[in-house]
Amino acid sequence: MRPTSPPILLLALLSVAPVVAAADETALKLVDGPELATVQANCSVCHSLDYVQMNAPFLKRVGWEAEVRKMIKVMGAPVSDEDAAKILAYLTRSYGVD
Amino acid sequence: MTTRRTLLHSAIGGLALAGTGLAGRLAQAALPQGTLDSQRLESLPGKQPLLKRSYRPPNYESPPAAFAQDITPNDQFFVRWHLMNIPQVDAREWRLSIGGDAASNAVEFTLEQLRGEFEPVEVVAVCQCAGNRRGLSEPHVPGVQWGNGAVGNARWRGVRLRDLLARAGLARDAVEIAFAGGDLPALEATPQFVKSIPTWKAVDENTLVAYEMNGAPLPHWNGYPARLVVPGWAATYWTKQVSSIQALGRPLSGFWMSTAYRIPKGKYPLIDRFVSQESDASMPVTEILVNSMITSHSDGQRCAAGRPVVVAGLAWDGGSGIREVEVSIDEGRSWRSAELAPSLGRYSFRGWRYAFTPHARGPQGVMARASSLQGSTQTMELIFNASGYHNNVAQRVALQVV
Repeated sequence: MRPTSPPILLLALLSVAPVVAAADETALKLVDGPELATVQANCSVCHSLDYVQMNAPFLKRVGWEAEVRKMIKVMGAPVSDEDAAKILAYLTRSYGVD
Repeated sequence: MTTRRTLLHSAIGGLALAGTGLAGRLAQAALPQGTLDSQRLESLPGKQPLLKRSYRPPNYESPPAAFAQDITPNDQFFVRWHLMNIPQVDAREWRLSIGGDAASNAVEFTLEQLRGEFEPVEVVAVCQCAGNRRGLSEPHVPGVQWGNGAVGNARWRGVRLRDLLARAGLARDAVEIAFAGGDLPALEATPQFVKSIPTWKAVDENTLVAYEMNGAPLPHWNGYPARLVVPGWAATYWTKQVSSIQALGRPLSGFWMSTAYRIPKGKYPLIDRFVSQESDASMPVTEILVNSMITSHSDGQRCAAGRPVVVAGLAWDGGSGIREVEVSIDEGRSWRSAELAPSLGRYSFRGWRYAFTPHARGPQGVMARASSLQGSTQTMELIFNASGYHNNVAQRVALQVV
């Protein structure tokens, strides 16, 4: 059997009023670093940055690289190569175990 | 289908535990430091304080106090979303459409129609995230770092999915039934959260589209106004804010089916099959493995020498029902049967309790393991997968006798 693509209608994104969790993610404080602004600008488009804090410290560089690649390739995050390299350097140094 | 490995562990459990090796390993399983540092007890609107794992999308697990009874209160029930835009649904506007290439008569229902035109059905069932306890994986694996609280048990009321599918003219060659929910991504490029189950599970008399939870409308955070209830199966299939149901003649593809929520084939003692989604090496998660929690005590808790201690907890499995819960107070050298509370149904949490009197002052380990009527027993050592699914390692709490 050949797989079929999701046939479900994708609702018009703009017609839905988003209700973001009311809790205060602006209070999240990540480790400082020259690439932090790049991390904030790219990653927080789709998720709060406690995803980074929560997944630490146990990933090596290769593990963080897989996460960054997943966000770009699978989740469709429009991250430039230059920013991806900065994000990876930051995550490896601040939240990795290498 | 119990694996050789599981059998082996059960059979030699007593021997392996004679040393301190197992107790040491059980005690070591802990959440990553970053998870502990970033967790907060916080209330979402309409909820009691829950353990925040992530703000956006909201992922909050139930704190231990939520498991003091065998029904989990709605306002303490865990919250898990994949995508950040969660609409506030107006039930008067909401519609459930049912169709697909393997249905001859596309239909649409209002909530009023669901309540009025179909036989209402109730089932008590455990809703457990496939990744419950992922944070206790050794080694740690990336994802939402759940502790023990991405699980809950509720009395669900709604209509049978098969009654809805019958109205839509379900075809005999329908392979899967797919569901789309309410949450939407920030980016159009992100895969929408769409899931499917095999037709045989969809037409099971216990599979519901539920509009009530514990006698009240579903909380917004748990899928108001209606969600799938797939008793026995992992919560990834319990689509919240379900708006579209499609009968498919071919298997659904996409990230959430083909890549996520998959486990190595043949590694876990599972019986249910989802054949149309299996590959040579992997298969989708299906039913929940037999599991239990010690809910009366936590690590480091003190108790008095010479006084009875009543250890209590909950046990559950993928729908065969709980046969027995055993407790060990000698690091697994010997096991005694706990007393089981009355059953609320085979998909439900089952309460249990065990009383003993410690005499020696000092550390006192207590372990619990459940066995199901289908013949599975909790594992003593994690059966690892890279996504942290199906963690059903027997729990141990370390009491302090003073």
